[in-house]
Amino acid sequence: MSQSEIDQLVDQEYKYGFITEIESDTLPPGLNENVIREISARKGEPEWLLEWRLEAYTKWLQMTPPDWAHLDYSPIDFQAISYFSAPKQQGDGPKSLDEVDPALIETYNKLGIPLEEQKMLAGVAVDAVFDSVSVVTTFKEKLHEAGVVFCPLSEAVHSHPKLVKKFLGSVVPQNDNYYAALNSAVFSDGSFVYIPKGVRCPMELSTYFRINQQNTGQFERTLIVAEDNSYVSYLEGCTAPQRDENQLHAAVVELIAGTDAEIKYATVQNWFAGDDDGKGGIYNFVTKRGECRGDRAKISWTQLETGSAITWKYPSCVLKGADSVGEFYSVAVAGKKQQADTGTKMIHIGPRSRSTIISKGISTARGQNTYRGLVKVLPGAVDVRNFTQCDSLLIGDQCGAHTFPYVEAQEPSAQLEHEATTSKVSDDQLFYLRTRGMSEEDALNMVVNGFCKEVFQKLPMEFAVEAEALLGITLEGAVG
Amino acid sequence: MLVIQNLHAKVGDKPILNGVNLNINQGEVHAIMGPNGSGKSTLASILAGRDDYEVTDGEVVYMGQNLLELEPEERAWAGVFLSFQYPVEVPGVKNIYLLKAAVNASREHRGLPELKAGDFLKFVREKLKVMQMDEAFLHRNVNEGFSGGEKKRNEILQMQLLEPTLALLDETDSGLDVDALRVVGEGINRMRSPEQSVLLITHYQRLLEIVKPDLVHVLAHGEIILSGDHTLAEKLEREGYEGIKAA
Repeated sequence: MSQSEIDQLVDQEYKYGFITEIESDTLPPGLNENVIREISARKGEPEWLLEWRLEAYTKWLQMTPPDWAHLDYSPIDFQAISYFSAPKQQGDGPKSLDEVDPALIETYNKLGIPLEEQKMLAGVAVDAVFDSVSVVTTFKEKLHEAGVVFCPLSEAVHSHPKLVKKFLGSVVPQNDNYYAALNSAVFSDGSFVYIPKGVRCPMELSTYFRINQQNTGQFERTLIVAEDNSYVSYLEGCTAPQRDENQLHAAVVELIAGTDAEIKYATVQNWFAGDDDGKGGIYNFVTKRGECRGDRAKISWTQLETGSAITWKYPSCVLKGADSVGEFYSVAVAGKKQQADTGTKMIHIGPRSRSTIISKGISTARGQNTYRGLVKVLPGAVDVRNFTQCDSLLIGDQCGAHTFPYVEAQEPSAQLEHEATTSKVSDDQLFYLRTRGMSEEDALNMVVNGFCKEVFQKLPMEFAVEAEALLGITLEGAVG
Repeated sequence: MLVIQNLHAKVGDKPILNGVNLNINQGEVHAIMGPNGSGKSTLASILAGRDDYEVTDGEVVYMGQNLLELEPEERAWAGVFLSFQYPVEVPGVKNIYLLKAAVNASREHRGLPELKAGDFLKFVREKLKVMQMDEAFLHRNVNEGFSGGEKKRNEILQMQLLEPTLALLDETDSGLDVDALRVVGEGINRMRSPEQSVLLITHYQRLLEIVKPDLVHVLAHGEIILSGDHTLAEKLEREGYEGIKAA
């Protein structure tokens, strides 16, 4: 790639709605070895990481996209996507908020991200990923005192190379699946969290991802390591501006929990869902997996999925440690012409490991919502317990709900329970609430929030409020 | 305050109400009795705004406005309350959450400020006491797993909180044991005031022994065929609907 090609792409003018006009540094569309070398070079990565990316790329070339999901979409042209976009900066990057491009701050404000000083005092540290490069990291000092590392992954590669090298790809191997392989080859940035032994992270960690650049795939990669006896709660919020084209998002998240460690990972996903007829929207192909490596380790995934045209996502737990615990609490909404195929995998390896799956699928308009889950008990994992509950709620008569629970138990002592319900928001419920003075929309929100309550209870309080509000916005116009 | 004139309604092709006429003044308690399928619950549902029924003729004027034009929630804001024969379960929604939302919706439309959490709790505790209900009720999901009697008490609790101008009580006495009946009946009596009117729908006279109605009507085949004072209810109890019709 030549410098002039790059220059051409810089200074692009944007015409549409809520798009940040900011000078950016974008590679032209296409993927080959040179593009990967270019990404690595721009990030000033060490040789081993470049080799790791190239290895992943070679594996990816030999793989084919998965076709088993209950999803209907045209094949993705991977050569039409640009694999790197970074806001352009002078010098070495901002030292404080004052040095950050005001347009960027404005975008964050529109998203309601608490970057300002007073909001920081509320106790939320934000590592904001804007397109591909983390721009501002707040509260680093306080975390530093506790010994917690919370920084962009690209920074950790330099500041904590041993840790990154040790853990990167150790939960989700390069060739785990097609999209994980692609991510491993071209991943842009993401968060790195390291909680040392015996440390309880003093605050909720939060990252907002946002896809801004047109035709840019976002391939963030997050790595969270909680050493023995440590605790961390992490929240990611995702949103993207409205565009006509489909954009690809293929992220990888790896969690590692040591003995007696606990990781809570919560996601509020509100990527652009496309319009009512299914035009535009994000294609969200994400691999999230946590490993309970030590005894009594605990990992819980909580997610609210309201956006994306397509969601393909199965946050999973590998329960290696004895008495380790995996949890999955999910609310997935498919409205408009959205398609969601989401669920979890609980892999029981350690004896007496336990898992809980609570999945709430809401379908409305012409949305198609699929729960797909696997509970696997390996030989030697004695006295394992799993409880799975899959509830589907239908609003209207043009939507669909589907449930595919898979169970592979190779230990007779395993106790696995599965409950599934499908219900419609009944006219009786809406009428009852309306006679108590709720508007039709408020009545629907009340019924839906009640349906989701078991999951929302698992979100940190301020985000539970946000989740309810987001759900309300998502369901606007679903009745009447 | 409520004038029903020549009300005809059907569900599908089936006529249910065939010209109901009823006039309830402010402060009055009326009881409607009648055999199964006579249209009692339909009448209550139509007054509360359920859209499963088609009104084919007649009109309903409530406090000077055409009631049938209003949405169910607008009727609630205007002071109409329906106690359901079969209260609906709303899984995952705590009773207190619904009660607070309902009270504040009603206050908002009366131009009153929202009740703060503490004030609301005080208010609701007072009413719980009247209904002899445990505070644990507040933290259970709306009607979920409630016994028949608990559901009915919960309806009357809501009525007390919402202080309606017109309360429509659809078979509130069914499924209640003697003690619960007394509590519910006394709850209704506490509502009686010169401003508040009640329309009781019931099969049995026993509730009417506690809540003495000003007028009793007999509804049969979608029409009110007989009206009288509370002695009519006693007569019905003795002679049955067949006896009334024969007379």
